[in-house]
Amino acid sequence: MSVEAHEVIPIPMPREESIPQAARRKLSSPWASGLVIFITLLWTIPTFGLLVTSLRPKDQAQSSGWWTAFTDPVFTLSNYAEVLTGGQTIPGGITPYFFNSFAIALPAAIFPLVVATMAAYALAWIPFRGATFVFFGIFALQVIPLQMSLLPLLQMFNLGWSIGPIPIFPDLNQAGSNQSIFYGTYIPLWIAHTMFALPLAIFLLHNFIRQLPRELFEAARVDGASHFLIFRKLVLPLTVPAIASFAIFQFLWVWNDLLVALTFAGGTPDVAPITAYLANIKGTYGAQLHLITAGAFIAIVVPLIVFFSLQRFFVRGLLAGSVKG
Amino acid sequence: MEELGAGLAKVGTGVAAVAIVLGLLLLIFFIGARAKGRLQSPVAIVVFLGPAILLLAYGLIVPAFRTTVGSFQNASGQDWVGFANYTWIFTAPGNSTFLINTILWLIIAPVLSTGLGLTLALLLDRMRRESVSKSLIFMPMAISFVGAGIIWGLIYEYRDPSKPQVGLLSQVVMWLGVEDPPNWLLWQPFNNFLLMVIMIWIQVGFAMVVLSAAIKAIPSDVVEAAELDGATGYRLFSKVTIPMIRGTLIVVLTTIMIAVLKIFDIVRTMTNGNFGTQVVANEMYAQAFVAFDVGRGSALAVVLFVAVIPLIVYNVVQLRKERAIR
Repeated sequence: MSVEAHEVIPIPMPREESIPQAARRKLSSPWASGLVIFITLLWTIPTFGLLVTSLRPKDQAQSSGWWTAFTDPVFTLSNYAEVLTGGQTIPGGITPYFFNSFAIALPAAIFPLVVATMAAYALAWIPFRGATFVFFGIFALQVIPLQMSLLPLLQMFNLGWSIGPIPIFPDLNQAGSNQSIFYGTYIPLWIAHTMFALPLAIFLLHNFIRQLPRELFEAARVDGASHFLIFRKLVLPLTVPAIASFAIFQFLWVWNDLLVALTFAGGTPDVAPITAYLANIKGTYGAQLHLITAGAFIAIVVPLIVFFSLQRFFVRGLLAGSVKG
Repeated sequence: MEELGAGLAKVGTGVAAVAIVLGLLLLIFFIGARAKGRLQSPVAIVVFLGPAILLLAYGLIVPAFRTTVGSFQNASGQDWVGFANYTWIFTAPGNSTFLINTILWLIIAPVLSTGLGLTLALLLDRMRRESVSKSLIFMPMAISFVGAGIIWGLIYEYRDPSKPQVGLLSQVVMWLGVEDPPNWLLWQPFNNFLLMVIMIWIQVGFAMVVLSAAIKAIPSDVVEAAELDGATGYRLFSKVTIPMIRGTLIVVLTTIMIAVLKIFDIVRTMTNGNFGTQVVANEMYAQAFVAFDVGRGSALAVVLFVAVIPLIVYNVVQLRKERAIR
């Protein structure tokens, strides 16, 4: 029995050659092809315009359309140099934010997967009373939108929580200041992203891990292997395809996120990701088209590389994760 | 160079955090594996399930409860105000804008995305070389809403008609003979539709890929039988294709609706909710984190929550049906 990542993903699997080739050829028409090519162009032009604008000198970019660059070709990389390091127009470059995005997104993609894979294994293969109830409870948590959690979580990180006099989360303020020890670190971002990713990740991985053959676990248990050993030697290696798909989805989700970033990181170059920087300069320096476009291209180039190089995994992960948030 | 070093150090922090967490887990695994006999299963359950339960309790369950409680309190969260925040949402004079806009978003963007995605999926099914088009139309899905906002901001850029145009949209309508194109993003109420175009641009690829897979999964004998019975073109489409992919269509539609309901980044980046373009999710952010009115912010979050529930329930029911069939 083979198990594929797509089995966790709720889409019908394409069957190649479903409609006989002859019928398909009969149906194919130049009109259809023409229309598809037209829409493809329409869908690509906006991003292409961004790229062209980002390569034009300031005066040209601000006073003429990017399409005129083909009759009057003047291109430069200076916008990129300026936006990377900061210059006279926008003090402070994008570089620290770019690295922040990596520093946020890598752990925020890995943590929830580790926690979710463990939970999914427990729910699927360690029999205990209430397992079904816990699974459906976690599944139901998907209905809680991000917005419900933001304010209380922020309060928790800054002031701690208590029920009456009993503290359930400590007040992390440093003595003598009113700043949490988490302030200026990535920790709230990692924790928040991990929390928000869990319901969906557990649900999908549980569906996947449940489908692994029962005999495998029974044989291992009979041989005296502990759950910890089974998890490391059997479950993890077999779950790699599902983990990879979800990891890519989660990485891109975190990389592209703005709401969590604005809430938990503020706008400082210490921890804020590239999306927060972009939203900020769009608001403040909106007229500096040559710099805004260069900044935006730097921000989208990472997801685009992931998209074009790992498209198969990307599609699976995205389809599985598109209900997240 | 200095910046690069600092940057790599930051990425190093991330990698170190991952290493520390994984190392801790390994240690716990090592200790946990020493449990013998009757303790084995309980120890394993606590170790495997404990972290997830704790994170979910702190991250979702308690916050959802606190937000609901907060929605019945005043701006600073100190006094009880009953349903005043909800009354404010639905009756305060200016608020009809974001309520109506959200409903418009909820209807127009998902329907158009799904419709266009379905059209493309059908057209692509008839083409022999489809992968390049598919990739390019799907590509916007990888771009952040902020990035998309900047990309489309360039298209909607306004210049005085007497000067050379910078925005592609203005230039195109001028080529088509319109002498005085409006300042698009200030052009009420149509600016709402221009913002929706960005969402549609992103979501069509998603709809197309899912629906295309569904169409390809229709068994060939069904199509052949229908063709033998003389069904072609539109009849084949309406009597065979659509009923066969109905479940997937609904899942796509509700999935995009859920995304649209929480749309925040596009509106914030493009107009920040000004010029009559506000929506519930951005109003929630503005109330909670700009005006620091915890009560109203919480109430708006609860409204989003209540609105999302039926969509997700419906989505899940459909998915379960699909699964049961296969």
